[in-house]
Amino acid sequence: MSPTDLPAAGGASGAGAASALLTVRGLQKSFGDNQVLHSVDLTVERGQVLVLIGSSGSGKTTVLRCLNGLEHADGGTVDVAGELTLDFAARPTKKQFNALRDRSAMVFQHYNLFPHMTVLENVIEGPVMVQKRPKSEATDEAVAMLERVGLAEKADAYPFELSGGQQQRVGIVRALALKPQLLLFDEPTSALDPELVGDVLRLIKELAAEGWTMVIVTHELEFAREVAHEVAFVDGGRIIERGHPSQLLRDPQQERTRQFLHRLLFPF
Amino acid sequence: MNQPAWELFLTSLWPIAQGAILGTIPLALISFVIGLLLALGVALMRLSRLKWVSAIARVYISIVRGTPLLVQLFVIFYGLPSLGLLIDPWPSAIVAFSINVGGYAAEIIRAAILSVPRGQWEAAYMAGMSHRLALRRVILPQAARVSVPPLSNTFISLVKDTSLASLILVTELFREAQQVAAFSQEFMLLYLEAALVYWVICLALSGGQGMLEKRLDRYVAH
Repeated sequence: MSPTDLPAAGGASGAGAASALLTVRGLQKSFGDNQVLHSVDLTVERGQVLVLIGSSGSGKTTVLRCLNGLEHADGGTVDVAGELTLDFAARPTKKQFNALRDRSAMVFQHYNLFPHMTVLENVIEGPVMVQKRPKSEATDEAVAMLERVGLAEKADAYPFELSGGQQQRVGIVRALALKPQLLLFDEPTSALDPELVGDVLRLIKELAAEGWTMVIVTHELEFAREVAHEVAFVDGGRIIERGHPSQLLRDPQQERTRQFLHRLLFPF
Repeated sequence: MNQPAWELFLTSLWPIAQGAILGTIPLALISFVIGLLLALGVALMRLSRLKWVSAIARVYISIVRGTPLLVQLFVIFYGLPSLGLLIDPWPSAIVAFSINVGGYAAEIIRAAILSVPRGQWEAAYMAGMSHRLALRRVILPQAARVSVPPLSNTFISLVKDTSLASLILVTELFREAQQVAAFSQEFMLLYLEAALVYWVICLALSGGQGMLEKRLDRYVAH
């Protein structure tokens, strides 16, 4: 299940190529008159984890959604592995959006599992129906992944029969089954009961250790400290500050970052 | 003519049942299937982002819902011949009922599609699905569950509305009852008997609806 095992995620761009898997330049997005993103720049190296923090409404989730084509940015570019570049000012084609989705997979805050499908069916739906992979092969892989996250015996259960934490682990397996180069997590533990958060965060940490490239939006600062190679603080649709987690979370340079972290640490 | 009432009831039961089996039920079933297909198309048109496509669907729904079914039936059977278009009673009835179901069910299906949470579309797109595949694999199966109760209502109404086809000479349940009534002059008895047979059919349909809902509810928390 490690990304290096996957032909799609391997060194397709050759040994000498730059190792940036994701490069975002000048990303802009408005909803009507409300500009939610002002020129966002990001770089994520292959095998690295970028954590986006910021208050709600700061635009961090919108950044993530643009990376999966769920929102269409108004301007800026997104480049994946130097192989695919979307120039949003020039209105990317459907084909380019499909290629972007092919390379990235998302884990949602509210899991968004397909309620009318069993756990196994949820996981193999994309590989079989979209990627046209043989059903038996997709099933074998799905079962192995479910086993790994401790949900093998739930393969034939429907999502409503699972706890939130179990559903989110299925959500993660569903994303992995698509064999993306880039994993996107949109507040993956925000909808969970506190005692269920740990299992999900532990799994994400394991995936990070295996070398998956990830962008994670989260409010879990302790988790960010442990898992991130870089943390970026988003505010008002801009990246205000970015840096190594130990530096940014402990000793932020910007006043806005300091205020945000203080609010999060001392809510009362 | 002075048959005891119960004997007339029994002897007329067979022609009335025949009218139901050969007329009412197939008429309702065929019209409902065609009407549902039509309704799905109209619902998708109504949801289209293209203004003129959605406008066509809107006008269609408005006309179907804004005019009496009996008038629609008469326009097709008695009206069209004056334009040189002669349609037999049966196909006339099927066309009219299908168009009617198409209008009503379109709104039900549209509402059911809209009731599926946005996150389901997003998860489908995330997995790489096209709009069409997302609709087929993710959205419509969930919309189907929501629309079973209101569509069952539509079907039950349709079964009863097929009695109007007797007015364009289709041999069905009610027309059989009318003929026996005219012959025997026992109007009260025969019309009550017809009512009873409709009721029995609709009872069976309600039972079927319950079973279908139970089956479709297997993936929902109780």
